This record gives sequence, structure tokens and C-alpha cells, in this order.
Amino acid sequence: MSAQNVITTPPLETTEPIPGHRRDRTGNQPHRAKDGQHSTKNGLRLGNILTTLILSVGAIIMIAPLAWTFSTSLKTKDGVFELPPQWIPDPFVWENYARIWTAGPLLTGIQNSLIVACSVTIIGSLTSALAAFAFAKMRMPFKNVLFLGLLSGLMIPFPTLMIPQFTIFASIGWVDTLLPLIVPGLFGNIIMIFFLRQFLNSVPDSIVEAARIDGASYLQIFWTLIMPAIRPALAAQFILWFMAMWNDYLAPIIYLNSPGTQTLQLVIANFNAQYAIQTDYPLIMAASFIALLPVLIVFIVFQRQIIESIALSGSKG
Amino acid sequence: MSSTITRRSRLHRKEHQAALVFVAIPVIGFLLFTLFPLLFSVYASFTNWNGISAPVFKGLDNYTKMFGDRYFLKSLWNTVFMMIGIPVGLVISLALALAMNRKMRGTTIFRTVYYLPVISSIAAVAILWQWAFNGDFGLINQGLGLLGIDGPNWLQDTATVKPALIIMAVWKGLGYSMLLYLAALQSVPRYLYEAAALDGASAWQQFRHITIPMVRPVTFFLIVTSIIGGSQIFVEINIMTPTGGPEFESASIVWYIWQKAFDNLQMGYASAMSVVLGLLVFIITFIQFRLNRRNQFSID
Repeated sequence: MSAQNVITTPPLETTEPIPGHRRDRTGNQPHRAKDGQHSTKNGLRLGNILTTLILSVGAIIMIAPLAWTFSTSLKTKDGVFELPPQWIPDPFVWENYARIWTAGPLLTGIQNSLIVACSVTIIGSLTSALAAFAFAKMRMPFKNVLFLGLLSGLMIPFPTLMIPQFTIFASIGWVDTLLPLIVPGLFGNIIMIFFLRQFLNSVPDSIVEAARIDGASYLQIFWTLIMPAIRPALAAQFILWFMAMWNDYLAPIIYLNSPGTQTLQLVIANFNAQYAIQTDYPLIMAASFIALLPVLIVFIVFQRQIIESIALSGSKG
Repeated sequence: MSSTITRRSRLHRKEHQAALVFVAIPVIGFLLFTLFPLLFSVYASFTNWNGISAPVFKGLDNYTKMFGDRYFLKSLWNTVFMMIGIPVGLVISLALALAMNRKMRGTTIFRTVYYLPVISSIAAVAILWQWAFNGDFGLINQGLGLLGIDGPNWLQDTATVKPALIIMAVWKGLGYSMLLYLAALQSVPRYLYEAAALDGASAWQQFRHITIPMVRPVTFFLIVTSIIGGSQIFVEINIMTPTGGPEFESASIVWYIWQKAFDNLQMGYASAMSVVLGLLVFIITFIQFRLNRRNQFSID
């Protein structure tokens, strides 16, 4: 970080040893390595090695369940129960990954999850961005009251709303279709509106004014000026929302009963219940791994945006 | 003079109309899918209602029933108990963030590895941990076996089912809080530490008097959001202990609401419990907003 040179402290050449000079807890290195500070440097290197070691042990613990899933997915049904356990399956049963497609409606589950997550996030992001533009850059009576009203909705947990929502959708015959999962999302996402509105504060009002004087409509301004300006924030929020929709479980389990309409998370949960009785753990693990894969890929590709937007959302409250 | 005023007001009116159209979509969504269901929930909580025939008004019956309902009290207690994972997770993730805040190689890889559980779907994670907690062949007991410990049948044992769920929750959430702490640590001005070091402060004193106060807004944010999230724990319970665990030991409040509403069709009673849950979450959020203001950690 560039805070390094905020204050130019005198060189640390005091004869007195500085207590706690390793400062490893804070991660601060002495900002100037002068003669006579080799011990500090060595201490720092030792600290780094120790830290890396501890972090590595932790990393192994973190990754072990995921690795164990993958390893189990490649075993034979009996290989699962072998003692001592094999981390590297012998033989590799890649066939499990062929079996899962016929063992249950996995492909339908993926399709349904894609339909729900894509339609909601694409259309919902547009409606959210439009609203954020209006809240941030346009004049309107009762604007702040409306915005605070929307924000207050965030305080109400979904379980409090799920029974009436279910009744509403049941009364119009939408239960066991994907519509109850899709339609509410199309109206936008309050968290996204909030973040895009914050982000738009850094865009000068003058560009909107100038475009107005040139005779552009608000929709044109939104599309040609605002959308490009908010693209990074929009992308980050889009990915987070997509992952949340993809991983959702409570709403789907309320609305979807028949295998043909279930989303991926429900399909693998059913795999789990069904094949555990037959102790076909490799099959369950293969299906679970398939369910993890899309999000893992999205995460690895968009790692920076995701991490930045998480860090931002946390520190901004 | 007057013509410019009318022209400006006409322009404003056009702007108002356009803005209203733009915000109308989420506002309508809010009315349809949040406000109306909320009001309906509150109404239904005062009725006897099976979701099929019309609700019958019963006053406070559901609320008085709740406090005599052993299962409700148990599921509420279970939910609160499982929040032990929150402070444990905070301490570990702060330690991790401090370790990763050092200038050394490999932190990006560590960040990714620790963050993987956060983005993994909770359904898949619940399945793989259910397998890891398997009494005979699970990963956990195999690990304990290496140390010569004979592990319990985690999810079937009343004494271990909640600890098992807590361990999993800590594992799942560690990466998220670590990341927020890391972001906070990186914004702490270095000169604070340099000045403290010059004044002879030890590493522990620096940690105690600089690091802890500087990351307090994040700590606070994490505590509040974790309590809100923890109060709604459901998926893990539903997948790992489909019957609410041995002797109802792992049933959470949302799991019980869900079961009452959609299995037993006691929609009125379930609504009353969901209103209580909503109130609890509202109070926690309200406190957060109030304290935020004091912490100079506002939403703007």
C-alpha cells in the first residue's frame, strides 16, 4: 500500500533495540533496511516461512473436503469403504461421471438452474441499473423516501415472506413451475441498486446535464453514458447475484416438486437422499462435484472482481 | 421571465416522470413481493389457517401456543447455540488475515483456497460434509483415527450433531470474513504502527491498541450479518439431518417453520413463528444501523 511514505520517520538507527521490532502481527516490514538490521530481516524471513507453513496446513484442511469429494467420485462403490482410505483411487472409475447423467435428471437440473439464474440476473440487472440511475442522477419527488423504503425491505428475512408468497403463487397456479423463482427477481435487486447508486456518485452530474442539452432522452443517456460508466460495478454485482441464484435452495424446495422442474441444487439433494440408501457414494460425490464446478469456474475466471466487490460490500456496510 | 420558469418546470416534470418510470419496477416488486406478503404474514399469524381453506381469526392463540411448544423452544435454542461458530470463526479469520497481510509469496493462492468454500453451493457442501461426518468411513473420523481417537457418529449423536454443524459453518464462512479483515487491515495507515513502535509499543500492544480498534467496523459488520444469517440456517439442517437430527437436536427455527408450513400445513402457526423471526432480525438490523452511526461507519 502506498501509505508507506505518508510520514517520513527518521531512519531507525536508534541504538536501543526497538521492542517488538519484528512486528509480524501487523505485517509491516521495517520500511528501510539499513545496516545493522539484518537480524530484523532474518527474523522476518523466518516469520514468513513459519506463516507460510501454518497457512499451508490450514489450506490443506480447507481443501480436504473438496478433494475428498473428487477422490470419492472416482472410486468404485466398495473402494469407498476401504481401510486405510485411498486418497488416490485405484482404479480410477471415470465411468461414475457417465453414470450420473442417466441416474437422475441432472441435465434437466442444470438447464432449469441456467434458465432461472440467467433470466433473473440479466433482466434484473437492467431494471436495477435503471432504478439506480434514477435514484442517483435524476430529480424526482419523494426520491429518498422511496429509496429508504426499498432499503428497509432488506431487513425482512425471506422465511417471513415465504408463506404468503407461496400462497400467492399457488393461487395463480405457478407452483411446480420456474416462474415463482424467476418473476420476483425480474423486478430488480435492492442490494444491486444500492451499490450502483453509490458507484454513480463518482460519475459527474455534468455529463448527464450536457447530454440533456444535446437533446438525448433519459433512456439514451442511460444506455450510452451510464451503462458504460457503471460496467465494473455492474459486472461484480452480476456475478455475485448469479452465484446466489445458482446456489439457492430454500425457494426452489418450496415451489418445485416434480423432477422435471427441479433446479440443480434440488436434484443433487435428491441424489443424496436416494443413493445414500444404496451406499452409492461415488455417484453422489460425482453429482455434487458437477454442481460445484460451474461456480468454481466462474470464481476462478472472475476472481479479482468477486474478491474486490466482497471486500467493498463489507467495508461499506 | 415567466416563460423560462414554465419551461424549466416542464423539463422538471418530464424528468420526474422518466425517473418515476425507472424506479417503478423495483417499487412495484417491493410492494408485491415484500410489503404485501409481510402484511399478510402478520395477519395470518393471528389466524388458524391450513393454507387451503380461509383463515379463521384466533387472536393471540398462535403466540401463546409458541411459548408452550417444546419443539419451537428447542429449535430456537438450537439456532442460538449454533452461533457459537461466529466468535470462533472471527478469531480464526482475523488471524488468517494478519498472516496473509504479510508481504510474502503465495498469498493469492492461499486467498483462493480459503475462499473456495464460500462460493461453493451450500447444498453440495452439506452433502460432502454429511459424508465427511459419516461415523464409519467419514473423512473426519479417519483423520481422528490417525491420532488414535475413535470418532463418534457425528450426525446421529445428540452430543455431537450441533458441534458438527458448527465446524462445517466455520469452514464455510472463514474465507469471507478473512477477506473483509484483509481489506480492513490494508487500509490501516502504516504510520500508526511506526509511531507506536517508536514509542516502544510491543507487537501485542500494537495489535491490541491499533489493529483491533481499526478493524472494529468490520468485526461489528460481521457479527451482525452472521447473526442474521445464522438465525436463518436451513439448508444444512434439511440436507444433513432431514428429520431435525437425533431428538430434534439440530432442528433450526427456519427448518421448523418450513416443516410446520409445508409438511403439517399449519400455515397460521408457521406464520406466527416467521413473524417472530422477522422481528428478531429487524431488531438486530436496527441496532446495527444505530451503532453504525456512532461508529462513523455509515451507509453513505
